[in-house]
Amino acid sequence: MANVITITSGKGGVGKTTATANLGTALAQRGCKVAVVDADIGLRNLDVVMGLENRIVYDLVDVVEGQCRLRQALIKDKRLPELYLLPAAQTRDKNAVDPKDMIKLCDQLREDFDFVLIDSPAGIEQGYKNAVAPADQVIVITTPEVSAVRDADRIIGLLESAEKRSPRLVINRLKPSMVKRGDMMDTADVLEILAIELLGIVPEDDSIVVSTNRGEPVALNGKTRAGMAFQNIARRLLGDEVPFPEFNDGPGLLGRLWGFVRSRPIDFKARN
Amino acid sequence: MKLFGVLFGRTKTKSSQVAKERLKLVLVHDRIKVSPELLDTLKGELIGAISKHIDIDQAGMEVTITRGDKFDKLVANIPIRRSR
Repeated sequence: MANVITITSGKGGVGKTTATANLGTALAQRGCKVAVVDADIGLRNLDVVMGLENRIVYDLVDVVEGQCRLRQALIKDKRLPELYLLPAAQTRDKNAVDPKDMIKLCDQLREDFDFVLIDSPAGIEQGYKNAVAPADQVIVITTPEVSAVRDADRIIGLLESAEKRSPRLVINRLKPSMVKRGDMMDTADVLEILAIELLGIVPEDDSIVVSTNRGEPVALNGKTRAGMAFQNIARRLLGDEVPFPEFNDGPGLLGRLWGFVRSRPIDFKARN
Repeated sequence: MKLFGVLFGRTKTKSSQVAKERLKLVLVHDRIKVSPELLDTLKGELIGAISKHIDIDQAGMEVTITRGDKFDKLVANIPIRRSR
């Protein structure tokens, strides 16, 4: 029986799609049979992040409306034989599907997969409700910024009132150097505010942009910092105890000196 | 001393702490659906109920919501007038 996990955030642009693609990849690398589902109907992107945009024939709405069988809409990943994508429709809107449809669809997927990861759209309206309805577990993703944490708090409240199992948190795009100089909330700050279980921390990493440019999830390359972080999260989803690494790689002495020299005039101007 | 602080950039609170405090405050209101109007109503009714029995300083009374570790608290600060 598969585990259906929805990745959501409230705020847009914090990394739901990237996280879904990478966790799907990391779980499939570990031998799990995984389906990633793009629930962002009308604004699909999971296909491009995974580099599968040219293979789409049918989509989620086609399956729900009975235009095709589920198997026909599932796209096999290029690299990992155990990974499949169910793309969202691009020319329809969120109201083409309702929560009951999503539950029915995921019940079908459960028969064939170990994990079903659902990429939720931003917001708290219909699309979000559709994405969360079938979930056994929810991952809330945020960045250490005021707006993203506020929206994450809203989502956590909504999940509580929907009596979903308590969600777990992924903090994305953490910049260790900014945390170090006190200009970004750290993990403890965010956890103090949101008060839910931490599932992972993904440091800011330029290789995310590069990998998205190429349509190759960064988790394929375990050497990158973000890739490693997603691998760790996948292991935790499988029940492994993986310690949370410290990200102590802010700028070295020279970098700090340069930062010092560069930041002074700006600081000075700001105060005048 | 102040000049020293300005030159070396140590007078400002770290922006991460500012973020955290602002978030805490805004979330108190996001979480509990208590509007400032409702707080005003509560305040008025509390004054009515208490001043029947105790001489309170109505102008100095404050009703606020604060965030605790486990609970958010409705805090009423009600100064009592001293009779002598």
